[in-house]
Amino acid sequence: MTKQMTGARMVVQALKDQGVDVVFGYPGGAVLPIYDEIFQQNDIRHILVRHEQGAVHMAEGYARSTGKPGVVLVTSGPGATNAVTGLVDALMDSIPLVVLSGQVPTFMIGTDGFQEADTVGITRPCTKHNWLVKDTAKLSETIHQAFHVATSGRPGPVLIDIPKDVQFATATYTPMEKTRLQHYQPRTKGDPEAILRLVEMMETAERPILYTGGGVVNSGPAASALLRDLVAETDFPITSTLMGLGSYPASGKNWLGMLGMHGLYEANLAMHGCDLMINIGARFDDRITGRVKDFSPHSRKAHIDIDPSSINKVIRVDVPIVGDVTEVLREVLRLWKERGARTNKAGLEKWWKQIAEWRAVDCLAFKNSDKTIKPQYALQRLEALTKGMDRYITTEVGQHQMWAAQFLGFEDPNRWMTSGGLGTMGYGLPASIGVQVAHPEALVINVAGEASWLMNMQEMGTAMQFRAPVKQFILNNERLGMVRQWQELLHGERYSHSWSESLPDFVKLAEAFGCKGIKCSDPRDLDDAIMEMIRYDGPVIFDCLVEKHENCFPMIPSGKPHNEMLLGEADTQGVIGAKGAVLV
Amino acid sequence: MSALNIKKGSTSHSAYDLRDSHSQVEESHTLAIIVENEPGVLARVIGLFSGRGYNIDSLTVAEVDHTGHRSRITIVTSGTPAVIDQIEAQLGRIVSVYEVHDLTAEGPAVQRELALFKVAGKGDARIEALRLAEIFRANVVDSTLESFIFEMTGTPEKIDAFADLMRPLGLREIARTGVAALSRGA
Repeated sequence: MTKQMTGARMVVQALKDQGVDVVFGYPGGAVLPIYDEIFQQNDIRHILVRHEQGAVHMAEGYARSTGKPGVVLVTSGPGATNAVTGLVDALMDSIPLVVLSGQVPTFMIGTDGFQEADTVGITRPCTKHNWLVKDTAKLSETIHQAFHVATSGRPGPVLIDIPKDVQFATATYTPMEKTRLQHYQPRTKGDPEAILRLVEMMETAERPILYTGGGVVNSGPAASALLRDLVAETDFPITSTLMGLGSYPASGKNWLGMLGMHGLYEANLAMHGCDLMINIGARFDDRITGRVKDFSPHSRKAHIDIDPSSINKVIRVDVPIVGDVTEVLREVLRLWKERGARTNKAGLEKWWKQIAEWRAVDCLAFKNSDKTIKPQYALQRLEALTKGMDRYITTEVGQHQMWAAQFLGFEDPNRWMTSGGLGTMGYGLPASIGVQVAHPEALVINVAGEASWLMNMQEMGTAMQFRAPVKQFILNNERLGMVRQWQELLHGERYSHSWSESLPDFVKLAEAFGCKGIKCSDPRDLDDAIMEMIRYDGPVIFDCLVEKHENCFPMIPSGKPHNEMLLGEADTQGVIGAKGAVLV
Repeated sequence: MSALNIKKGSTSHSAYDLRDSHSQVEESHTLAIIVENEPGVLARVIGLFSGRGYNIDSLTVAEVDHTGHRSRITIVTSGTPAVIDQIEAQLGRIVSVYEVHDLTAEGPAVQRELALFKVAGKGDARIEALRLAEIFRANVVDSTLESFIFEMTGTPEKIDAFADLMRPLGLREIARTGVAALSRGA
C-alpha cells in the first residue's frame, strides 16, 4: 500500500507504526506542521515540558523504566541546543532515544536564519547517529532506520533534523517493513571459543567475582533472569556498577552491593582480590577502576560487551566476548552445565569466608543523631517505608545519589534511573516524570539534593499539568555536598562557592506550583512525613533538612586503588596526593 | 614494530599475532575506511580522531563506488598498539562506516602520494633542480623562465626526500594529497 502524505503526517504515522505512545516535546516555529498533526490525532500522547533538557531526561526515564525508546520533539535552534545535555547523558549511559528536531527550511540553511543552528553538526558527537533529512521522500524511511539504530547493538540517542519545508512537502510513505536497515546489524552472538575459555576459568577459579553493569539492564529482562540463574547455580559473589543496580536483587545472598568510588568495602576488596573477574555489560569506568595500574592485579578478566570498542579500552582483558548479554549468558550457562556444572568448591568456600570478614567491617555504618536528620538515616527510613511497593527511584547527581545507591535496595532491573556516565545535575526531576508517565500507578520518587533539584525545577509545572504524582525527596544540606566534600578533602577546607546563600522555601514553592510541600527537620517526625508524602495523591516536594556537613563514605580517593579505601572521617587526613587532586 | 622484529602480517585478532599489545612504542598505521558517501561522514570520522585525542598524520578521501555510494578514507595515524586497536574499534561503531582495515597490520600494502612542488630560481640552481627531478622521476607540469612546477608520485618518504633536496634550490610551495593505499595481492 503506497500512501501519499506530507512530511509532518509521515512523522506521526512513523511514530505510530513504531509503537510510540508518548512524545516529550516543546513546540516552536520550525516544528509547527508536526504539532498540527499531533493535534489532529489521539494515539500519541504529547507531554508538554517546560524546557527541552527536561524533555530529553523525561524520555530517558521513560526508556530506562520500560525498555522502549524514548521520543522527543523539539524545535530548531535553541530547542535543539537545549536538548544537547540530555543527548550526551543518554549517549554515556546507553539509553535509546529518538529525538526529532525542526530546522529552518532547506533553502535557508546556512544563511544564519532565525532560530537556525547547525543541529546535526552540534549533535554529531552527542548522538549514536544523526540525520538531516532534506527530501520528504526519505523521511519515513529515515525515522524507521533511526529507531533501529537507537535500539540495536549498544543502545543510544539518535537525532533527526527535519527542515520545515520537508514537513510541508508531500511524498510516498515508506512503511516499516519496506525500510532498508542499512548494514547496521551489530553482532550479538559471542564467539564460542571465548565462551569455552570463560567456562573453563569458571570451573577452576578460587576467587571469582561477577562485575555487572548497565548492559545487563539494556539487554532486557531475560538477561537479569539468566544472571540470577548463573549466580544461583555457581554461588559466585556478584557486585554491580551504579548503572546495573537491580539486575541482581539486593536481597540476594550473593549480593556484595555496589562497587566503585563510593561502593561497598566488600565489593571493592573482592574486586581487588579476585582471581577471576567476569565483567558483564560494564565498561571499566574510572569511577570503578580507581588507579588503573593497580586495578585487580591478580585476576584473569573476561569481558562481555556488545560494543567492541569497550573491550580493552581501559583495562586489558584475557577473554573478550563481543555479544549481547542475554545470548552470551545463555551460552555460558548451557555449556557450563553440559560440562558438568563444576566450580572450585573448596576455593569458593574460602573466598566466601574472606568476604564475610570484609562484610563484618560494616562499611555503611554512620553515626546517627537524634537531633538532626542524617541523610543516610533519611534513606534508610525511605527504604523501610517503601519496601515491597511498586516503586521506581530516580536521582539527581551528588552525595544523595551515592547514598541512595548504598541505602536503597533494588530487587528488579529498570527500577533505578540515574545519570551515571555524564553525572548530570538536574536529571532526576524530569526523569521521574518520564517514569511516572510510563507507570501511572507506581510510586515514583526522585531522591534529590536541593542544588541539583533547582537545576530543572521548572518541570514541576509539567508534573502538575499531566498529573504525574512524582515525589521529590530532597535531602537539603544547603550545600553542593559532593563539591564541599572534595574541597574539604582536597582543597584545604576552602569552600569556594559550594553553598547557596539564597534557597527558596520549598514548601511555598510547592504551593506556588499547586502541589504539596512537606518540610521535615526532626528525625522523630521523619516516618510520619515520609508516609504523608507517599499517601498524598499528587506531586510532592519534600524538603528534608539534613546534616549539612556529612561526608559520603566509603570512598576511594582519586588516583588510589581499591584496597586504599577511606571508611570514615578518621581515614581522611592527607590521603589524597597532588596527583589524585588533578583527577575528577 | 613487533617486539621480535617479525614482519607484520597478521591482524590483531589472529593467533599468530606477535605484536606486543602492552608496548608503549608508537607505531604508524595506515587505515582504509569504507564509508557511506553521505553528508557529514568525513566530519564523523575526523571528529572521532579530534574528540578522542588520536593523531591524523595524513588523510585522503574520495568516492570510489558511485552506484553503491561508497567512499574510501585513507588515514595514516600513529599510536601505541592499544591505541591503534581502539581507533579501529571506535571507527567500526560509526553507523556510516562499512569496513575498517588496518593495512599496516593486515599485510604488505602499496602506499602512494602525489605532490606538486613549485621551485623558483635561476642559473645553476634551476639546472640542478631539473636534474634532480629527472633522477626522482618527477614531471614538469608548468614552467616559466623563473620557475617549475614538478609533479611526483611516490611514498611519503620519497616525497620528503625530494622536498629536502629542493629546499636550498628555491622551493616555494608544496601541495600534497596525502597517502592512498591498497593491500598487495588479490
